[in-house]
Amino acid sequence: MSTAVAQKRGLAATIWDYLTTVDHKKIALLYLYSGGFFFLIGGLEAMLIRIQLMKPDNNFISAGLYNEMITMHGTTMIFLAAMPLIFALMNAVVPLQIGARDVAFPFLNSLGFWLFFFGGILLNVSWFTGGAPDAGWTNYAPLSTTSPGHGVDYYVMGLQISGAGTLIAGINFLVTIINMRAPGMTYMRMPLFTWSTFVTSALILFAFPALTVGLFLMMFDRMFGSAFFDVALGGNVIIWEHLFWIFGHPEVYILILPLFGAFSDIFSTFSRKRLFGYSAMVFATVLIGFLGFMVWAHHMFTVGMGPIANSIFAVATMAIAVPTGIKIFNWLFTMWGGQIKMTSAMLWSVAFIPSFTIGGMTGVMLAAAAADFQYHDTYFVVGHFHYVIVGGVVFGIFAGLHYWWPKMFGKVLNEKLGKLAFWPFFIGFHLTFFIQHFLGLMGMPRRYWVFLEGQGLETGNLISTIGAFFMAIGTVIFLINIVYTAIKEPKVGGDPWDARTLEWSIPSPPPHYNFVQTPLVRGLDPLWVEKMDGKKGMTPAEPLGDIHMPNGSILPFMMSLGMFIAGFGFIYQVDNSSWLIAVFIGMGITLGSMLTRSLKDDLGHHIHKEELEADIKKGVGK
Amino acid sequence: MAAEELKTGPLEYRTQEGQMGIMGFWIFLGAEVVLFATLFATYAVLYGRTADAPVPGELFEPGIVLIMTFLLLTSSFTCGLAIHEMRRGSVKGLTIWMSITLALGLGFLGFEIYEFVHYAHLGATMQSSAFWSAFFTLAGTHGLHVTLGIGWAILLLIQIRKRGLTNVTSRKFFIISLYWHFLDVIWIFIFTSVYLIGMVL
Repeated sequence: MSTAVAQKRGLAATIWDYLTTVDHKKIALLYLYSGGFFFLIGGLEAMLIRIQLMKPDNNFISAGLYNEMITMHGTTMIFLAAMPLIFALMNAVVPLQIGARDVAFPFLNSLGFWLFFFGGILLNVSWFTGGAPDAGWTNYAPLSTTSPGHGVDYYVMGLQISGAGTLIAGINFLVTIINMRAPGMTYMRMPLFTWSTFVTSALILFAFPALTVGLFLMMFDRMFGSAFFDVALGGNVIIWEHLFWIFGHPEVYILILPLFGAFSDIFSTFSRKRLFGYSAMVFATVLIGFLGFMVWAHHMFTVGMGPIANSIFAVATMAIAVPTGIKIFNWLFTMWGGQIKMTSAMLWSVAFIPSFTIGGMTGVMLAAAAADFQYHDTYFVVGHFHYVIVGGVVFGIFAGLHYWWPKMFGKVLNEKLGKLAFWPFFIGFHLTFFIQHFLGLMGMPRRYWVFLEGQGLETGNLISTIGAFFMAIGTVIFLINIVYTAIKEPKVGGDPWDARTLEWSIPSPPPHYNFVQTPLVRGLDPLWVEKMDGKKGMTPAEPLGDIHMPNGSILPFMMSLGMFIAGFGFIYQVDNSSWLIAVFIGMGITLGSMLTRSLKDDLGHHIHKEELEADIKKGVGK
Repeated sequence: MAAEELKTGPLEYRTQEGQMGIMGFWIFLGAEVVLFATLFATYAVLYGRTADAPVPGELFEPGIVLIMTFLLLTSSFTCGLAIHEMRRGSVKGLTIWMSITLALGLGFLGFEIYEFVHYAHLGATMQSSAFWSAFFTLAGTHGLHVTLGIGWAILLLIQIRKRGLTNVTSRKFFIISLYWHFLDVIWIFIFTSVYLIGMVL
């Protein structure tokens, strides 16, 4: 749906359209806008943290507010920025890459988004209702169970609701990729981005229930007086740490794997070569996903699990370096001898390799359990995980956005501004986080509100803060680029990069049924195969016929809204049991919407052959 | 989305929508397995940490738990019969066996509520110790699943009365049967690793 058409129908109609949409491409945009919004909030929080740490004994923000800042920065960036931005790319691209007309469960796709959205809003409402969560993004007990006020309650309810959305999205992509591949699209012909989405979805499936349970235990302890983490009544606080990291470590692979996939597609496209070692890349992705579940306790070396447990987890952690190394080398070999085009997408991808490798190296250092006793809870750890998450995930999101922007919006992001955004961000990133390794080795603990004068920490922290400002400048230039591109840049065709995979065989942005006729896939990089045979586009696998599409629905929005209202009820019923009414109203809305969904069959609608033929005349087909 | 419909095979598998719905639910059950596994692990860690509250051996009684087990296992069997009738195309048979399943499920739930109230009277509540928190959360999560399943199945019985057997209604019944059998499997683990072990140790 082009913007011009949308404007004609009026703003209210457009909003209604987005509230009720089940189209994966529009849901991708919703994920992109809300993820981008939360990314800016998280970035703002990061800036406040860095300003506070700009000089020794600083008094820029209070200690309590600082705790809220670091908690919300981590929580927001992981759950509300990185995850939805990844889902934006997955939704925009995966159905197109496998030649499908939508995901397996379009209704659930919408539900997953709205649950995430309302969960994120609920979490951030806490800023205005007497204090945000302040027990760190890891929310360790008993710090969290004894934290006064309702901040941690917001953390628990907000993450519970948005986590449910993520689980739904994961199941949806699994079924989509298993069942909806076009004829000829075998597993070993799937683009790496689809492969990594597949593995990531499996990780979501097995990791998120552990978080769900952990959050429930935390909720019961804080709201209903249970004693899971209350040592006086036989409780055990380490249970939270285990449950959190059984979820939390796979989570970091959930974040990075899809972008490994994106990088693979980008390297291959802009080197004009097929991916080097395709099957090894698939194998490495699966292996990283598998090993990702075996290493959670390396976050807990100093807990006192004993030397045997520590050694096992240390060795398992180091083992992950092997498949990751396979990937790094395969990317390098993909570029080797290729006709490399240094577009902005490629620039972010190339910059990712050394940045992420540094993060991987410090990861191996941290994996050495005995040495970890020195690094634990210092800025060394902060430096390490920002190298993998910013140098890997954020670079990947920027690269992916540049690469797929034309598919999502029909316009290529301005290349000059793209590179102008890259350099300050890239330089600022290394300036901010490289020095933090040394601050950590010098003994600066993480999460502290102030550091003292005369301990040699001043210069390092100042450099780090200056770097953060460079990153902010890069981000602002990227935002300017988005506006500039929307206004000034010309429309492009379906395949602006001369790319290789199925999504580039259809117009940009695609019609809402994606493929007029389901394409026939004849090899790895299917579009490239056809191009090499001298054909203009894909060979259809079916005759032109009616297309069945699902109808939009407001119910996912209502279900999530109900959960949002019930969330407030749960949080405040501790103070006043009349808040239980909010629980009943909220759950009533949710269950009522589910009832409606069950009783009213959505038969969908058909797009008729005649309409498709008219579209083809207008140039949609090729 | 392929809208064409197969002419043979079970109704629920004839459309791609039906096949995907069933596969999606199998995958969802995978998440449920992890959810319960996590609860079992928590329970195992907190086993015996009763603080000043009664110990499980004092409260767990074989009689009531055995009755609950028989009710739920039998309901799983009748649920299987209901799906068998559905495959034969008999709405009446499906309705009867599904109603019996629900009655057994309600019976199970009644006993479970009685059991919880009984324990509470004897001083074992969710608040009294970490062990009892874990017990009530584990058994309660299962009980909540059974409750949801009963409400869900009643909805489906209304739908089948109105619409008869279609691709959609038979898919829904098949999926709830998967759910019901799954709850049965979970109960077997609760019965052995919570009640039996709790009685002897």
